Amino acid sequence: MASANVLGPELVDSEQSSGRADSSERSAFWWYLARKIITALISLLVVLVIGFVLFTIMPQNPVESIARASGKPMDAAQLAALRKSLGLDEPIWQRFGIYVWHSITLHLGYSYGYNQSVASLVLPRIGPTLLLTGLSTLISIVLGLWLGSKAGWRPGRWLDRIASGTSLVFWSVPTFWLGIILLIVLGTGVGPIPTLFPSGGMTTPGFNGGPVGTVLDVAWHLALPCVTLVLVVFAQYVTIMRSSLIDELGNPYLLTARAKGLRDDDVLRKHALPNALLPTVTVIFLQIGGLISGAITVETVFSWPGLGLLTYNALKIPDLELLQGTFVMFSASIIAMNLVADLLYRVIDPRVRAQ
Amino acid sequence: MTAATQVPSPNQSVINRGTPPRTQALRNFGSAYVRNTWGMIGLVVLLAFTIMALTAPVWIHDSDLSAAAATGPLLAPPQHGYPLGTDQPGRSVLLLLIYGSRPSLAIGVIATVATVVIGAAIGLIAGHYQGIVSNLLMRVTDWFIALPGLPLAISLSVVLGQGPVSITIAIAITSWTGAARLVRAQTLAVEARPYIERARALGAGNTQIMIRHVLPNVMPLILVSSTLTVAGAILSETTLTFLGLGNPTDVSWGSMINQAFTQGAITAGAWWYVLPPGLAIVVVVLGFTLVGRAVEAILNPRMVNR
Repeated sequence: MASANVLGPELVDSEQSSGRADSSERSAFWWYLARKIITALISLLVVLVIGFVLFTIMPQNPVESIARASGKPMDAAQLAALRKSLGLDEPIWQRFGIYVWHSITLHLGYSYGYNQSVASLVLPRIGPTLLLTGLSTLISIVLGLWLGSKAGWRPGRWLDRIASGTSLVFWSVPTFWLGIILLIVLGTGVGPIPTLFPSGGMTTPGFNGGPVGTVLDVAWHLALPCVTLVLVVFAQYVTIMRSSLIDELGNPYLLTARAKGLRDDDVLRKHALPNALLPTVTVIFLQIGGLISGAITVETVFSWPGLGLLTYNALKIPDLELLQGTFVMFSASIIAMNLVADLLYRVIDPRVRAQ
Repeated sequence: MTAATQVPSPNQSVINRGTPPRTQALRNFGSAYVRNTWGMIGLVVLLAFTIMALTAPVWIHDSDLSAAAATGPLLAPPQHGYPLGTDQPGRSVLLLLIYGSRPSLAIGVIATVATVVIGAAIGLIAGHYQGIVSNLLMRVTDWFIALPGLPLAISLSVVLGQGPVSITIAIAITSWTGAARLVRAQTLAVEARPYIERARALGAGNTQIMIRHVLPNVMPLILVSSTLTVAGAILSETTLTFLGLGNPTDVSWGSMINQAFTQGAITAGAWWYVLPPGLAIVVVVLGFTLVGRAVEAILNPRMVNR
C-alpha cells in the first residue's frame, strides 16, 4: 500500500519522540509559510511597480486621455484642476508612495468612463468571474485528469491517440472563436437548430422566479460560457496528467504492486495515480494565468458581467484607471493561487515536508 | 577545413564520408524528419499558407478589399461568385480570408523573433555570469512568469496605442520568459564542457565565449522552441486583434472575427463569416505545433512518448 509506506517512518518517528519532533516540524512549517508569504508580497509590490510604470509613467498625456474617456469637453481650467487632483505635478517618488498606499487600502482610482470609483466597479464583478472560472476549472480538472489517466496508462492505444489528438486540436483553437461558434449554433440557431441558450448576460432581465428559479436561470446563462472554457482548458490537463503518469510507468513499485496480484485498475488507482497527481496539482495552479485569458475573451463573447468583460469595456473606451484596477486584480489572484499551490504541495507531498 | 577535405585522413573519411560534420548532421536530421508523418503534414500546411500569403497581393486587388467599393450582396450566405459568402459591406469572405493570412503570419513570426532574441539574450547572460547578475535576471523572469499574460498584453497595447507594432511588442514582452529559462539551462550545460575552459585559457573574453562558443550550441534548441512560440504568438495576435487592439482598417483573421462580433453577424446567424477565419487560425497554429513537436521528437528522443 502506497499510503502505508509513506506513513510508516512517520508513525515510528512520532512514537519514539513525539513532542520534540512535532514542535520542530511545526516551527519549520511556520518558517516555510512566512518565507512564502514574503515572496508573495514582494511579487505583489513588483506588480504595483509594473502597473505604475504602465499606467502612470508611460501614457504621455493622462489628463487628455481621461478627458476623452469621460466623453465631456473640458476647458483649460478644468484640465489644470484635474492635473492637480491627480497629483501629476508632484515628484514621482511621492506619487508612487501614494499609489502604493491607495492600492493597499483598495482605493483603486476613479473611472472617468463610468463616473464611478474603480473599486465599486471591480468588487461586484469578482463574484461572477469566480463562479465562471471556478466551475469551469472544476469540470476541466475532473474531465482532464480522468481522460489523461486513461490515456497515459496505456500510451499509444486508441484512447490515448484520440485524447492526445483532441487536446492538441483544442489547444490550437482560439477561445473567443469557439465561443462565437457555440453562440451562433446554440444561442442564435442555425438552420433546423432552434435557440436553446440565451445569447448573453447572467440573468434574464425582468425574470422573477424565486430563489430556485434564479439559480436555474443563472445556470442556463452559465452553460455556454462554461462549456467554452472547459473545452479549451481541459485539454491542457489531459496533457499534463498523461505525461506525468507516463513518467511513473517504468517505476519498480508498480511491478511490486502487480506481483502482489492486484488488479490492473487497483494498480492504477491506488499506486500510480497518487504519485502522478503530485506534479499535476502544481501545474493546475500555475495554469491560472491561462484561465484568466480565457475568462476575458469568453466573458466578452457572452457578455458575462465579470472582470473580463469589465477589462474589455475599459480597453474600448480606453479607461486607463479601470484597466489598471483589473490588471492589479488579476495579478493579485495569480499570486494568491501560486501561494496556495506552494502550501498545498507541502501538504500533499511528504517529501517536501521532510526537507 | 579545406585541407581536411583535400587530404582526408583514413579515419576521417570513414566517419564523415568527405562531408563536413554539420552538413552530415543536417542530412541525418532531414531524413529523420521526412519519416515523421505528422511533421510532414504540418510542414506542407505551413508551406501552402506561406505561398498563399506571399502571392495574395498578385491576384487580390485593393478594390476587392475596400469596404466602400464592395459590390456583392450584404452579409449573404455562400453562393455563386462568393464561395464563402460576403461580409456586411458586401466583400467576398474568401478573398478577405486569403488576404488576412498576411498580418497574422507576419506578426506571429516577427513577434516570435523578438521574443526569442529577448529571451535568448537574457538566458545567455544569466547562464554565463554567475552570482548577482544571474540571480537578479532569474528573479525578474520569475516575476514576469507570475504576471497575467493577456491583461498585461492588453494594457501594453492600450498604452502604446492601437496597431500591429504595439501588438508585436506586447506579445514579445509577455512571452520571452520561456525562452530565457530554456536558454539559461542549456548555457549552464554548455559552459560546463572542457572546450569553454580551453577557450578561456586561450584568452577569450566573456562576449566571445557567449557569442562564438555557447550560442552556436544553444541555437538548435532556440529554433525548436521558437516553432512552438510562433503557434502561441499567432493565437495571442488574433486574440488581441479580436479585442479591437489592431489597426481597424487592416484585414486579418482576428479583425474579421472582431467585425463579425461587433457588427451583428452573430445575431444574424452569419456562420459563414466567422467559421473560415477561425478554422484558418486552428490549421496554421496546429501546423506550427506539429512541426515543432516533430523537430523536438528527433532532437530529443526522450520526449517521443509525450
